[in-house]
Amino acid sequence: MITAKQMFQLRDTGGAVAISEEEAPLSKERILRSQGEEVGALGKMQVKDLRAWFGKTEIIKGVSLSVADKRVTAIIGPSGCGKSTFIRCLNRMHEVVPKAHVAGRVLLDGVDIYDRKIDPVKIRSRVGMVFQRPNPFPTMSIRENVLAGLKLNGVKVSRPDELVEQVLEQAALWGEVKDILNRSGASLSGGQQQRLCIARALALKPEILLMDEPCSALDPIATSRIEELIHSIGKVCTIVIVTHNMQQAARVSQYTAFFYMGELVEFNDTDILFTKPGNQRTEDYITGRFG
Amino acid sequence: MGVYQRRKFVDGVMRSWCILATLFAVIPLFSLLAYVLLKGVGGLNWSFFIELPKPVGELGGGIGNALLGSFVLLAIASIFGIPVGVFAGVYLSEFGANPFGKLVRFCADVMSGVPSILIGIFVYTLVVLPMRSPSAFAGGIALGILMLPTIIRTTEELIKLVPNSLREAGLALGMAKWRVILRVVLPAGMSGIATGVMLAIARAFGETAPLLFTAGSYPFWSVHLNKRISSLPVQIYEYAGSPYEEWHQQAWAAALVLVVMVLILNLAAKLLTSSRSHAR
Repeated sequence: MITAKQMFQLRDTGGAVAISEEEAPLSKERILRSQGEEVGALGKMQVKDLRAWFGKTEIIKGVSLSVADKRVTAIIGPSGCGKSTFIRCLNRMHEVVPKAHVAGRVLLDGVDIYDRKIDPVKIRSRVGMVFQRPNPFPTMSIRENVLAGLKLNGVKVSRPDELVEQVLEQAALWGEVKDILNRSGASLSGGQQQRLCIARALALKPEILLMDEPCSALDPIATSRIEELIHSIGKVCTIVIVTHNMQQAARVSQYTAFFYMGELVEFNDTDILFTKPGNQRTEDYITGRFG
Repeated sequence: MGVYQRRKFVDGVMRSWCILATLFAVIPLFSLLAYVLLKGVGGLNWSFFIELPKPVGELGGGIGNALLGSFVLLAIASIFGIPVGVFAGVYLSEFGANPFGKLVRFCADVMSGVPSILIGIFVYTLVVLPMRSPSAFAGGIALGILMLPTIIRTTEELIKLVPNSLREAGLALGMAKWRVILRVVLPAGMSGIATGVMLAIARAFGETAPLLFTAGSYPFWSVHLNKRISSLPVQIYEYAGSPYEEWHQQAWAAALVLVVMVLILNLAAKLLTSSRSHAR
Protein backbone atom coordinates (compact mmCIF):
# COMPACT_ATOMS: atom_id res chain seq x y z
CA MET A 1 0.00 0.00 0.00
CA ILE A 2 1.42 3.37 -0.89
CA THR A 3 1.25 6.35 1.36
CA ALA A 4 -0.41 9.62 0.57
CA LYS A 5 2.97 11.28 0.53
CA GLN A 6 4.23 8.96 -2.14
CA MET A 7 1.02 9.48 -4.01
CA PHE A 8 1.49 13.21 -4.26
CA GLN A 9 5.14 12.77 -5.06
CA LEU A 10 4.07 10.65 -7.99
CA ARG A 11 1.58 13.18 -9.16
CA ASP A 12 4.20 15.92 -9.08
CA THR A 13 6.58 13.93 -11.19
CA GLY A 14 3.80 13.53 -13.72
CA GLY A 15 4.29 9.79 -14.03
CA ALA A 16 0.78 8.98 -13.01
CA VAL A 17 -1.27 9.07 -16.17
CA ALA A 18 -1.10 6.83 -19.18
CA ILE A 19 -3.44 6.83 -22.12
CA SER A 20 -2.96 3.97 -24.57
CA GLU A 21 0.75 4.49 -24.74
CA GLU A 22 2.95 2.30 -26.84
CA GLU A 23 5.02 1.31 -23.83
CA ALA A 24 3.65 -0.14 -20.64
CA PRO A 25 2.63 2.76 -18.45
CA LEU A 26 4.16 1.43 -15.28
CA SER A 27 7.58 2.97 -15.52
CA LYS A 28 10.34 1.23 -13.64
CA GLU A 29 11.43 3.97 -11.32
CA ARG A 30 7.92 4.88 -10.36
CA ILE A 31 7.15 1.39 -9.20
CA LEU A 32 10.49 1.11 -7.49
CA ARG A 33 9.80 4.26 -5.63
CA SER A 34 6.26 3.45 -4.64
CA GLN A 35 6.62 -0.21 -3.90
CA GLY A 36 10.26 -0.57 -3.03
CA GLU A 37 10.51 -3.71 -5.09
CA GLU A 38 12.82 -5.19 -7.62
CA VAL A 39 12.28 -4.71 -11.31
CA GLY A 40 12.35 -8.46 -11.93
CA ALA A 41 9.11 -8.88 -10.06
CA LEU A 42 7.31 -6.62 -12.50
CA GLY A 43 5.61 -7.04 -15.80
CA LYS A 44 4.45 -10.64 -15.70
CA MET A 45 2.52 -9.91 -18.84
CA GLN A 46 2.88 -7.11 -21.36
CA VAL A 47 0.09 -6.30 -23.76
CA LYS A 48 1.19 -4.37 -26.83
CA ASP A 49 -1.22 -2.66 -29.19
CA LEU A 50 -3.87 -5.34 -28.79
CA ARG A 51 -6.81 -5.25 -31.17
CA ALA A 52 -9.74 -7.67 -31.19
CA TRP A 53 -12.70 -8.11 -33.48
CA PHE A 54 -15.99 -9.95 -33.68
CA GLY A 55 -16.50 -10.24 -37.41
CA LYS A 56 -15.91 -6.72 -38.70
CA THR A 57 -16.66 -4.95 -35.42
CA GLU A 58 -13.52 -3.83 -33.63
CA ILE A 59 -14.04 -4.37 -29.92
CA ILE A 60 -10.55 -3.61 -28.63
CA LYS A 61 -8.89 -0.74 -30.41
CA GLY A 62 -5.20 -0.90 -29.66
CA VAL A 63 -4.56 -1.38 -25.96
CA SER A 64 -1.16 -1.54 -24.30
CA LEU A 65 -0.62 -2.22 -20.66
CA SER A 66 1.53 -4.19 -18.30
CA VAL A 67 0.30 -6.67 -15.71
CA ALA A 68 2.41 -6.62 -12.56
CA ASP A 69 3.57 -9.91 -11.08
CA LYS A 70 1.81 -11.16 -7.94
CA ARG A 71 -0.48 -8.17 -7.86
CA VAL A 72 -4.16 -7.68 -8.55
CA THR A 73 -4.95 -5.60 -11.62
CA ALA A 74 -8.56 -4.52 -11.99
CA ILE A 75 -10.24 -3.57 -15.24
CA ILE A 76 -13.24 -1.30 -14.94
CA GLY A 77 -15.51 0.41 -17.42
CA PRO A 78 -19.11 0.63 -18.54
CA SER A 79 -20.92 -2.34 -20.13
CA GLY A 80 -19.81 -3.08 -23.66
CA CYS A 81 -16.46 -1.31 -23.33
CA GLY A 82 -14.55 -4.49 -24.14
CA LYS A 83 -13.29 -5.42 -20.67
CA SER A 84 -14.33 -9.06 -20.96
CA THR A 85 -13.09 -9.34 -24.52
CA PHE A 86 -9.79 -7.87 -23.39
CA ILE A 87 -9.08 -10.45 -20.70
CA ARG A 88 -10.29 -13.24 -22.96
CA CYS A 89 -7.46 -12.20 -25.26
CA LEU A 90 -4.95 -12.77 -22.46
CA ASN A 91 -5.39 -16.56 -22.47
CA ARG A 92 -6.48 -16.93 -26.08
CA MET A 93 -10.10 -17.60 -25.20
CA HIS A 94 -11.33 -14.83 -27.49
CA GLU A 95 -10.55 -16.84 -30.58
CA VAL A 96 -12.74 -19.81 -29.61
CA VAL A 97 -15.80 -17.75 -30.53
CA PRO A 98 -16.62 -18.09 -34.26
CA LYS A 99 -15.54 -15.12 -36.39
CA ALA A 100 -13.46 -13.61 -33.58
CA HIS A 101 -9.87 -12.62 -34.21
CA VAL A 102 -7.02 -10.80 -32.54
CA ALA A 103 -4.03 -8.67 -33.57
CA GLY A 104 -1.17 -7.32 -31.51
CA ARG A 105 1.13 -8.92 -29.01
CA VAL A 106 0.69 -10.33 -25.53
CA LEU A 107 3.98 -11.20 -23.89
CA LEU A 108 3.92 -13.73 -21.08
CA ASP A 109 7.35 -13.67 -19.44
CA GLY A 110 8.59 -12.03 -22.61
CA VAL A 111 7.19 -14.65 -25.01
CA ASP A 112 4.35 -13.68 -27.36
CA ILE A 113 1.41 -16.00 -26.69
CA TYR A 114 0.10 -15.24 -30.19
CA ASP A 115 3.27 -16.55 -31.79
CA ARG A 116 2.51 -19.19 -34.44
CA LYS A 117 4.57 -21.77 -32.61
CA ILE A 118 2.62 -21.38 -29.38
CA ASP A 119 -0.18 -23.85 -28.65
CA PRO A 120 -3.14 -21.96 -27.15
CA VAL A 121 -3.97 -25.03 -25.07
CA LYS A 122 -0.64 -24.69 -23.22
CA ILE A 123 -1.22 -20.99 -22.62
CA ARG A 124 -4.58 -21.69 -21.04
CA SER A 125 -3.09 -24.01 -18.46
CA ARG A 126 -0.61 -21.27 -17.49
CA VAL A 127 -3.19 -18.49 -17.54
CA GLY A 128 -6.32 -19.69 -15.76
CA MET A 129 -9.77 -18.17 -15.98
CA VAL A 130 -12.83 -17.80 -13.77
CA PHE A 131 -16.05 -16.85 -15.50
CA GLN A 132 -18.96 -14.59 -14.73
CA ARG A 133 -21.35 -17.43 -14.03
CA PRO A 134 -20.08 -20.33 -11.93
CA ASN A 135 -19.65 -23.26 -14.29
CA PRO A 136 -18.61 -26.39 -12.38
CA PHE A 137 -18.87 -29.58 -14.42
CA PRO A 138 -22.31 -30.95 -13.46
CA THR A 139 -21.47 -34.57 -14.17
CA MET A 140 -18.49 -34.54 -11.80
CA SER A 141 -18.18 -34.56 -8.03
CA ILE A 142 -16.58 -31.68 -6.12
CA ARG A 143 -13.34 -33.61 -5.91
CA GLU A 144 -13.39 -34.48 -9.61
CA ASN A 145 -14.09 -30.85 -10.45
CA VAL A 146 -10.99 -29.73 -8.58
CA LEU A 147 -8.84 -32.32 -10.33
CA ALA A 148 -10.53 -31.91 -13.73
CA GLY A 149 -7.88 -29.65 -15.25
CA LEU A 150 -5.17 -32.17 -14.43
CA LYS A 151 -6.91 -35.52 -14.81
CA LEU A 152 -8.77 -34.73 -18.01
CA ASN A 153 -5.48 -33.57 -19.48
CA GLY A 154 -3.94 -36.91 -18.69
CA VAL A 155 -1.64 -35.55 -15.97
CA LYS A 156 -0.92 -38.05 -13.24
CA VAL A 157 -1.44 -36.49 -9.83
CA SER A 158 0.89 -38.01 -7.27
CA ARG A 159 -1.09 -37.11 -4.14
CA PRO A 160 -4.56 -36.08 -5.32
CA ASP A 161 -6.12 -35.90 -1.85
CA GLU A 162 -3.48 -33.48 -0.62
CA LEU A 163 -3.86 -31.32 -3.70
CA VAL A 164 -7.65 -31.26 -3.37
CA GLU A 165 -7.39 -30.20 0.27
CA GLN A 166 -4.71 -27.64 -0.44
CA VAL A 167 -6.50 -25.82 -3.27
CA LEU A 168 -9.92 -26.01 -1.63
CA GLU A 169 -8.27 -24.53 1.47
CA GLN A 170 -6.76 -21.84 -0.72
CA ALA A 171 -10.20 -21.16 -2.19
CA ALA A 172 -11.68 -20.96 1.33
CA LEU A 173 -14.05 -23.81 0.58
CA TRP A 174 -12.46 -26.77 2.33
CA GLY A 175 -14.33 -26.37 5.61
CA GLU A 176 -17.69 -26.37 3.88
CA VAL A 177 -17.15 -29.31 1.54
CA LYS A 178 -14.62 -31.59 3.23
CA ASP A 179 -17.34 -34.11 4.12
CA ILE A 180 -19.21 -33.99 0.82
CA LEU A 181 -16.35 -34.23 -1.68
CA ASN A 182 -18.18 -36.89 -3.65
CA ARG A 183 -21.33 -34.87 -4.10
CA SER A 184 -22.02 -33.21 -7.44
CA GLY A 185 -20.45 -29.81 -7.95
CA ALA A 186 -23.83 -28.55 -9.09
CA SER A 187 -25.33 -29.21 -5.65
CA LEU A 188 -23.44 -26.30 -4.06
CA SER A 189 -24.76 -22.75 -3.70
CA GLY A 190 -23.79 -20.13 -6.29
CA GLY A 191 -21.03 -18.63 -4.15
CA GLN A 192 -19.64 -22.05 -3.28
CA GLN A 193 -19.75 -23.06 -6.94
CA GLN A 194 -17.73 -19.98 -7.84
CA ARG A 195 -15.14 -20.78 -5.17
CA LEU A 196 -15.06 -24.33 -6.53
CA CYS A 197 -14.33 -22.89 -9.97
CA ILE A 198 -11.52 -20.82 -8.46
CA ALA A 199 -10.13 -23.94 -6.79
CA ARG A 200 -10.39 -25.80 -10.09
CA ALA A 201 -8.34 -23.08 -11.77
CA LEU A 202 -5.82 -22.93 -8.91
CA ALA A 203 -5.23 -26.69 -9.07
CA LEU A 204 -3.29 -26.11 -12.27
CA LYS A 205 -0.98 -23.70 -10.41
CA PRO A 206 -1.57 -20.95 -12.96
CA GLU A 207 0.90 -18.10 -13.24
CA ILE A 208 -1.93 -15.68 -13.92
CA LEU A 209 -5.58 -15.95 -12.95
CA LEU A 210 -8.09 -14.03 -15.06
CA MET A 211 -11.44 -13.30 -13.46
CA ASP A 212 -14.32 -12.11 -15.59
CA GLU A 213 -16.78 -10.39 -13.24
CA PRO A 214 -16.57 -13.32 -10.83
CA CYS A 215 -19.09 -11.85 -8.40
CA SER A 216 -21.75 -10.45 -10.69
CA ALA A 217 -23.99 -13.51 -10.28
CA LEU A 218 -23.52 -13.66 -6.50
CA ASP A 219 -25.16 -12.12 -3.44
CA PRO A 220 -23.24 -9.61 -1.24
CA ILE A 221 -22.08 -12.16 1.32
CA ALA A 222 -20.76 -14.54 -1.30
CA THR A 223 -19.19 -11.53 -3.02
CA SER A 224 -17.29 -10.45 0.08
CA ARG A 225 -15.95 -13.98 0.54
CA ILE A 226 -14.68 -14.04 -3.05
CA GLU A 227 -13.10 -10.63 -2.52
CA GLU A 228 -11.24 -11.86 0.55
CA LEU A 229 -10.13 -14.77 -1.55
CA ILE A 230 -8.81 -12.52 -4.30
CA HIS A 231 -6.91 -10.63 -1.66
CA SER A 232 -5.16 -13.73 -0.35
CA ILE A 233 -4.54 -15.39 -3.71
CA GLY A 234 -3.29 -12.11 -5.15
CA LYS A 235 -0.24 -12.34 -2.94
CA VAL A 236 0.96 -15.56 -4.56
CA CYS A 237 -0.57 -15.39 -8.02
CA THR A 238 -0.98 -12.62 -10.56
CA ILE A 239 -4.64 -11.69 -10.92
CA VAL A 240 -6.45 -9.68 -13.55
CA ILE A 241 -10.06 -9.05 -12.60
CA VAL A 242 -12.78 -7.47 -14.68
CA THR A 243 -15.51 -5.80 -12.69
CA HIS A 244 -18.24 -3.28 -13.30
CA ASN A 245 -18.25 -2.58 -9.59
CA MET A 246 -15.83 0.27 -8.87
CA GLN A 247 -15.89 -0.25 -5.12
CA GLN A 248 -14.83 -3.81 -5.73
CA ALA A 249 -11.93 -2.69 -7.90
CA ALA A 250 -10.87 -0.24 -5.18
CA ARG A 251 -11.09 -2.92 -2.50
CA VAL A 252 -9.22 -5.76 -4.15
CA SER A 253 -6.72 -4.34 -6.63
CA GLN A 254 -3.38 -2.57 -6.57
CA TYR A 255 -3.66 -1.34 -10.15
CA THR A 256 -6.72 -0.31 -12.09
CA ALA A 257 -7.30 0.19 -15.79
CA PHE A 258 -10.28 2.16 -17.03
CA PHE A 259 -11.65 1.04 -20.39
CA TYR A 260 -14.07 3.00 -22.49
CA MET A 261 -15.35 2.13 -25.96
CA GLY A 262 -12.61 -0.41 -26.53
CA GLU A 263 -9.79 1.90 -25.54
CA LEU A 264 -7.65 2.09 -22.45
CA VAL A 265 -8.37 5.54 -21.06
CA GLU A 266 -6.30 5.41 -17.92
CA PHE A 267 -4.13 2.94 -16.10
CA ASN A 268 -2.65 3.60 -12.72
CA ASP A 269 -2.24 2.63 -9.10
CA THR A 270 -5.73 1.96 -7.83
CA ASP A 271 -5.43 4.59 -5.10
CA ILE A 272 -4.40 7.26 -7.55
CA LEU A 273 -6.96 6.37 -10.19
CA PHE A 274 -9.80 6.64 -7.72
CA THR A 275 -8.59 9.67 -5.80
CA LYS A 276 -6.87 11.69 -8.49
CA PRO A 277 -8.01 10.50 -11.89
CA GLY A 278 -5.89 12.01 -14.62
CA ASN A 279 -8.57 11.97 -17.27
CA GLN A 280 -11.94 13.70 -17.44
CA ARG A 281 -13.72 10.56 -18.66
CA THR A 282 -12.31 8.51 -15.82
CA GLU A 283 -13.44 11.10 -13.36
CA ASP A 284 -16.92 11.22 -14.89
CA TYR A 285 -17.18 7.45 -14.72
CA ILE A 286 -15.93 6.93 -11.18
CA THR A 287 -18.07 9.76 -9.87
CA GLY A 288 -21.10 8.13 -11.48
CA ARG A 289 -21.83 10.69 -14.17
CA PHE A 290 -22.18 7.94 -16.78
CA GLY A 291 -21.79 4.20 -17.11
CA MET B 1 -80.02 -16.30 -33.63
CA GLY B 2 -77.80 -13.57 -32.29
CA VAL B 3 -74.10 -13.24 -32.99
CA TYR B 4 -73.24 -14.58 -29.58
CA GLN B 5 -75.35 -17.73 -29.94
CA ARG B 6 -73.95 -18.36 -33.37
CA ARG B 7 -70.40 -18.20 -32.09
CA LYS B 8 -71.27 -20.57 -29.30
CA PHE B 9 -72.84 -22.95 -31.77
CA VAL B 10 -69.81 -22.90 -34.12
CA ASP B 11 -67.54 -23.43 -31.13
CA GLY B 12 -69.59 -26.48 -30.10
CA VAL B 13 -69.55 -27.97 -33.58
CA MET B 14 -65.80 -27.52 -33.99
CA ARG B 15 -65.07 -28.96 -30.60
CA SER B 16 -67.23 -32.04 -31.26
CA TRP B 17 -65.51 -32.51 -34.59
CA CYS B 18 -62.08 -32.43 -32.97
CA ILE B 19 -63.13 -34.93 -30.33
CA LEU B 20 -64.61 -37.23 -32.98
CA ALA B 21 -61.49 -37.05 -35.11
CA THR B 22 -59.32 -37.86 -32.10
CA LEU B 23 -61.47 -40.83 -31.21
CA PHE B 24 -61.30 -42.01 -34.78
CA ALA B 25 -57.52 -41.72 -34.70
CA VAL B 26 -57.13 -43.81 -31.56
CA ILE B 27 -59.60 -46.51 -32.63
CA PRO B 28 -57.09 -48.31 -34.90
CA LEU B 29 -54.37 -47.96 -32.29
CA PHE B 30 -56.39 -49.37 -29.41
CA SER B 31 -58.14 -52.02 -31.47
CA LEU B 32 -54.77 -53.15 -32.79
CA LEU B 33 -53.34 -53.49 -29.30
CA ALA B 34 -56.51 -55.18 -28.05
CA TYR B 35 -56.68 -57.53 -31.00
CA VAL B 36 -53.02 -58.54 -30.75
CA LEU B 37 -53.45 -59.10 -27.04
CA LEU B 38 -56.64 -61.13 -27.52
CA LYS B 39 -55.29 -63.30 -30.32
CA GLY B 40 -51.75 -63.62 -29.05
CA VAL B 41 -52.10 -64.22 -25.35
CA GLY B 42 -53.49 -67.74 -25.89
CA GLY B 43 -50.30 -68.84 -27.64
CA LEU B 44 -48.00 -67.64 -24.89
CA ASN B 45 -46.33 -70.11 -22.57
CA TRP B 46 -42.84 -70.67 -21.33
CA SER B 47 -41.86 -73.10 -24.08
CA PHE B 48 -42.95 -70.57 -26.69
CA PHE B 49 -40.06 -68.36 -25.64
CA ILE B 50 -37.35 -70.99 -25.49
CA GLU B 51 -38.18 -73.61 -28.11
CA LEU B 52 -37.36 -73.87 -31.78
CA PRO B 53 -40.13 -73.78 -34.39
CA LYS B 54 -41.60 -77.19 -35.10
CA PRO B 55 -42.49 -78.53 -38.57
CA VAL B 56 -46.04 -78.14 -39.78
CA GLY B 57 -48.41 -80.57 -38.16
CA GLU B 58 -46.50 -80.92 -34.92
CA LEU B 59 -47.99 -79.07 -32.01
CA GLY B 60 -46.01 -76.62 -29.88
CA GLY B 61 -42.74 -75.07 -30.87
CA GLY B 62 -41.61 -71.54 -30.20
CA ILE B 63 -39.76 -68.47 -31.29
CA GLY B 64 -36.65 -68.91 -29.15
CA ASN B 65 -34.30 -68.71 -32.08
CA ALA B 66 -36.08 -65.68 -33.56
CA LEU B 67 -35.93 -63.85 -30.25
CA LEU B 68 -32.24 -64.62 -29.90
CA GLY B 69 -31.73 -63.66 -33.55
CA SER B 70 -33.40 -60.30 -33.00
CA PHE B 71 -31.06 -59.56 -30.10
CA VAL B 72 -28.01 -60.64 -32.09
CA LEU B 73 -29.06 -58.39 -34.97
CA LEU B 74 -29.65 -55.48 -32.61
CA ALA B 75 -26.28 -56.04 -30.98
CA ILE B 76 -24.54 -55.88 -34.37
CA ALA B 77 -26.60 -52.86 -35.33
CA SER B 78 -25.69 -51.11 -32.08
CA ILE B 79 -22.00 -51.88 -32.31
CA PHE B 80 -22.01 -50.31 -35.75
CA GLY B 81 -24.73 -47.69 -35.44
CA ILE B 82 -24.21 -46.12 -32.01
CA PRO B 83 -20.56 -45.04 -32.29
CA VAL B 84 -20.95 -43.85 -35.88
CA GLY B 85 -24.22 -42.07 -35.12
CA VAL B 86 -23.10 -40.44 -31.88
CA PHE B 87 -19.82 -39.15 -33.28
CA ALA B 88 -21.44 -37.95 -36.49
CA GLY B 89 -23.90 -36.08 -34.25
CA VAL B 90 -21.00 -34.62 -32.27
CA TYR B 91 -19.39 -33.52 -35.53
CA LEU B 92 -22.57 -31.81 -36.71
CA SER B 93 -23.03 -30.03 -33.40
CA GLU B 94 -19.43 -28.98 -32.73
CA PHE B 95 -17.96 -28.53 -36.20
CA GLY B 96 -20.96 -28.70 -38.53
CA ALA B 97 -21.49 -24.98 -39.17
CA ASN B 98 -20.32 -25.30 -42.77
CA PRO B 99 -21.78 -26.43 -46.13
CA PHE B 100 -20.63 -30.00 -45.56
CA GLY B 101 -22.38 -30.09 -42.21
CA LYS B 102 -25.55 -28.76 -43.79
CA LEU B 103 -25.36 -31.46 -46.45
CA VAL B 104 -24.91 -34.21 -43.86
CA ARG B 105 -27.81 -32.86 -41.81
CA PHE B 106 -30.01 -32.80 -44.90
CA CYS B 107 -28.99 -36.36 -45.84
CA ALA B 108 -29.76 -37.59 -42.34
CA ASP B 109 -33.22 -36.04 -42.53
CA VAL B 110 -33.86 -37.60 -45.93
CA MET B 111 -32.54 -40.94 -44.73
CA SER B 112 -34.97 -41.03 -41.82
CA GLY B 113 -37.80 -40.79 -44.36
CA VAL B 114 -36.47 -43.37 -46.82
CA PRO B 115 -38.59 -46.57 -46.95
CA SER B 116 -36.72 -49.19 -45.01
CA ILE B 117 -36.91 -51.73 -47.84
CA LEU B 118 -34.53 -49.50 -49.79
CA ILE B 119 -31.98 -49.90 -47.02
CA GLY B 120 -32.51 -53.65 -47.35
CA ILE B 121 -31.83 -53.55 -51.09
CA PHE B 122 -28.79 -51.36 -50.54
CA VAL B 123 -27.26 -53.75 -48.03
CA TYR B 124 -28.24 -56.67 -50.26
CA THR B 125 -26.13 -55.35 -53.14
CA LEU B 126 -23.32 -54.15 -50.88
CA VAL B 127 -22.96 -57.04 -48.40
CA VAL B 128 -25.18 -59.99 -49.30
CA LEU B 129 -24.12 -60.34 -52.94
CA PRO B 130 -20.36 -60.34 -52.20
CA MET B 131 -20.90 -62.77 -49.29
CA ARG B 132 -23.19 -64.89 -51.55
CA SER B 133 -25.71 -65.42 -48.76
CA PRO B 134 -27.89 -63.50 -46.36
CA SER B 135 -26.25 -63.28 -42.96
CA ALA B 136 -26.62 -61.96 -39.45
CA PHE B 137 -23.87 -59.50 -40.28
CA ALA B 138 -25.75 -58.08 -43.28
CA GLY B 139 -28.98 -57.85 -41.30
CA GLY B 140 -27.21 -56.08 -38.45
CA ILE B 141 -25.66 -53.57 -40.85
CA ALA B 142 -29.08 -52.90 -42.38
CA LEU B 143 -30.61 -52.22 -38.96
CA GLY B 144 -27.60 -50.10 -38.03
CA ILE B 145 -28.06 -47.92 -41.09
CA LEU B 146 -31.72 -47.63 -40.20
CA MET B 147 -30.79 -46.39 -36.72
CA LEU B 148 -28.23 -43.86 -37.92
CA PRO B 149 -30.41 -40.84 -38.78
CA THR B 150 -32.28 -40.95 -35.47
CA ILE B 151 -29.08 -41.25 -33.45
CA ILE B 152 -27.26 -38.56 -35.45
CA ARG B 153 -30.01 -36.00 -35.13
CA THR B 154 -30.88 -36.59 -31.46
CA THR B 155 -27.19 -36.51 -30.53
CA GLU B 156 -26.71 -33.26 -32.41
CA GLU B 157 -29.72 -31.62 -30.80
CA LEU B 158 -28.77 -32.74 -27.31
CA ILE B 159 -25.12 -31.80 -27.62
CA LYS B 160 -26.24 -28.36 -28.75
CA LEU B 161 -28.23 -28.05 -25.53
CA VAL B 162 -25.10 -28.45 -23.40
CA PRO B 163 -24.34 -24.91 -22.19
CA ASN B 164 -21.43 -23.21 -23.88
CA SER B 165 -20.08 -22.15 -20.50
CA LEU B 166 -19.08 -25.76 -19.84
CA ARG B 167 -17.09 -25.90 -23.07
CA GLU B 168 -15.38 -22.64 -22.12
CA ALA B 169 -14.67 -23.93 -18.62
CA GLY B 170 -12.93 -26.94 -20.15
CA LEU B 171 -10.97 -24.91 -22.68
CA ALA B 172 -9.90 -22.42 -20.02
CA LEU B 173 -8.44 -25.30 -18.01
CA GLY B 174 -6.05 -25.93 -20.86
CA MET B 175 -7.94 -28.91 -22.25
CA ALA B 176 -7.71 -29.63 -25.96
CA LYS B 177 -11.01 -29.35 -27.76
CA TRP B 178 -11.39 -33.09 -28.35
CA ARG B 179 -10.89 -33.75 -24.65
CA VAL B 180 -13.49 -31.14 -23.78
CA ILE B 181 -15.97 -32.81 -26.11
CA LEU B 182 -15.18 -36.31 -24.90
CA ARG B 183 -14.90 -35.66 -21.17
CA VAL B 184 -17.18 -32.69 -20.55
CA VAL B 185 -19.73 -32.20 -23.33
CA LEU B 186 -20.63 -35.83 -24.07
CA PRO B 187 -21.13 -36.83 -20.42
CA ALA B 188 -23.35 -33.79 -19.90
CA GLY B 189 -25.57 -34.82 -22.81
CA MET B 190 -25.34 -38.54 -22.17
CA SER B 191 -28.76 -39.29 -20.72
CA GLY B 192 -30.49 -37.51 -23.59
CA ILE B 193 -28.37 -39.29 -26.14
CA ALA B 194 -29.23 -42.60 -24.45
CA THR B 195 -32.90 -41.75 -24.91
CA GLY B 196 -32.39 -41.19 -28.63
CA VAL B 197 -30.43 -44.43 -28.94
CA MET B 198 -33.17 -46.30 -27.12
CA LEU B 199 -35.83 -44.96 -29.49
CA ALA B 200 -33.69 -45.89 -32.48
CA ILE B 201 -33.29 -49.43 -31.13
CA ALA B 202 -37.04 -49.68 -30.56
CA ARG B 203 -37.65 -48.72 -34.15
CA ALA B 204 -35.07 -51.15 -35.49
CA PHE B 205 -36.49 -53.94 -33.33
CA GLY B 206 -39.78 -53.95 -35.24
CA GLU B 207 -38.37 -53.55 -38.74
CA THR B 208 -39.07 -56.40 -41.17
CA ALA B 209 -38.38 -55.05 -44.62
CA PRO B 210 -34.61 -54.47 -44.35
CA LEU B 211 -34.14 -57.96 -42.90
CA LEU B 212 -36.12 -59.94 -45.49
CA PHE B 213 -33.28 -60.40 -47.90
CA THR B 214 -30.34 -59.46 -45.72
CA ALA B 215 -30.73 -61.74 -42.70
CA GLY B 216 -33.30 -64.17 -44.13
CA SER B 217 -34.59 -66.78 -41.73
CA TYR B 218 -33.21 -69.93 -40.21
CA PRO B 219 -35.25 -72.39 -38.18
CA PHE B 220 -32.43 -73.35 -35.80
CA TRP B 221 -30.37 -71.73 -33.07
CA SER B 222 -27.62 -69.55 -34.49
CA VAL B 223 -25.32 -66.76 -33.46
CA HIS B 224 -23.02 -67.03 -36.45
CA LEU B 225 -22.33 -63.74 -38.15
CA ASN B 226 -21.92 -65.23 -41.60
CA LYS B 227 -25.06 -67.41 -41.53
CA ARG B 228 -28.70 -66.66 -41.99
CA ILE B 229 -30.48 -65.78 -38.78
CA SER B 230 -34.11 -65.57 -37.73
CA SER B 231 -35.66 -62.49 -36.25
CA LEU B 232 -38.98 -61.79 -34.63
CA PRO B 233 -40.48 -59.60 -37.39
CA VAL B 234 -39.42 -61.92 -40.20
CA GLN B 235 -40.75 -64.91 -38.27
CA ILE B 236 -44.10 -63.16 -37.92
CA TYR B 237 -44.05 -62.34 -41.62
CA GLU B 238 -43.47 -65.97 -42.58
CA TYR B 239 -45.94 -67.46 -40.14
CA ALA B 240 -48.67 -64.98 -40.99
CA GLY B 241 -48.27 -65.67 -44.70
CA SER B 242 -48.45 -69.43 -44.26
CA PRO B 243 -51.64 -71.45 -44.86
CA TYR B 244 -51.46 -73.24 -41.48
CA GLU B 245 -53.78 -72.40 -38.62
CA GLU B 246 -51.28 -73.19 -35.82
CA TRP B 247 -48.65 -70.97 -37.46
CA HIS B 248 -51.16 -68.13 -37.54
CA GLN B 249 -51.59 -68.57 -33.81
CA GLN B 250 -47.81 -68.45 -33.38
CA ALA B 251 -47.62 -65.29 -35.47
CA TRP B 252 -50.14 -63.57 -33.19
CA ALA B 253 -48.24 -64.58 -30.09
CA ALA B 254 -44.96 -63.43 -31.60
CA ALA B 255 -46.58 -60.13 -32.59
CA LEU B 256 -47.66 -59.63 -28.99
CA VAL B 257 -44.10 -60.25 -27.81
CA LEU B 258 -42.83 -57.74 -30.36
CA VAL B 259 -45.32 -55.06 -29.34
CA VAL B 260 -44.50 -55.53 -25.65
CA MET B 261 -40.75 -55.32 -26.40
CA VAL B 262 -41.15 -52.08 -28.32
CA LEU B 263 -43.33 -50.75 -25.53
CA ILE B 264 -40.68 -51.59 -22.93
CA LEU B 265 -37.97 -49.89 -24.96
CA ASN B 266 -40.10 -46.76 -25.33
CA LEU B 267 -40.87 -46.73 -21.63
CA ALA B 268 -37.17 -47.07 -20.86
CA ALA B 269 -36.48 -44.07 -23.10
CA LYS B 270 -39.20 -42.09 -21.28
CA LEU B 271 -37.75 -43.02 -17.92
CA LEU B 272 -34.29 -41.88 -18.98
CA THR B 273 -35.70 -38.53 -20.07
CA SER B 274 -37.62 -37.97 -16.86
CA SER B 275 -34.67 -38.92 -14.64
CA ARG B 276 -32.69 -36.29 -16.54
CA SER B 277 -35.27 -33.58 -15.93
CA HIS B 278 -35.29 -34.47 -12.22
CA ALA B 279 -31.53 -34.12 -12.07
CA ARG B 280 -31.64 -30.58 -13.42
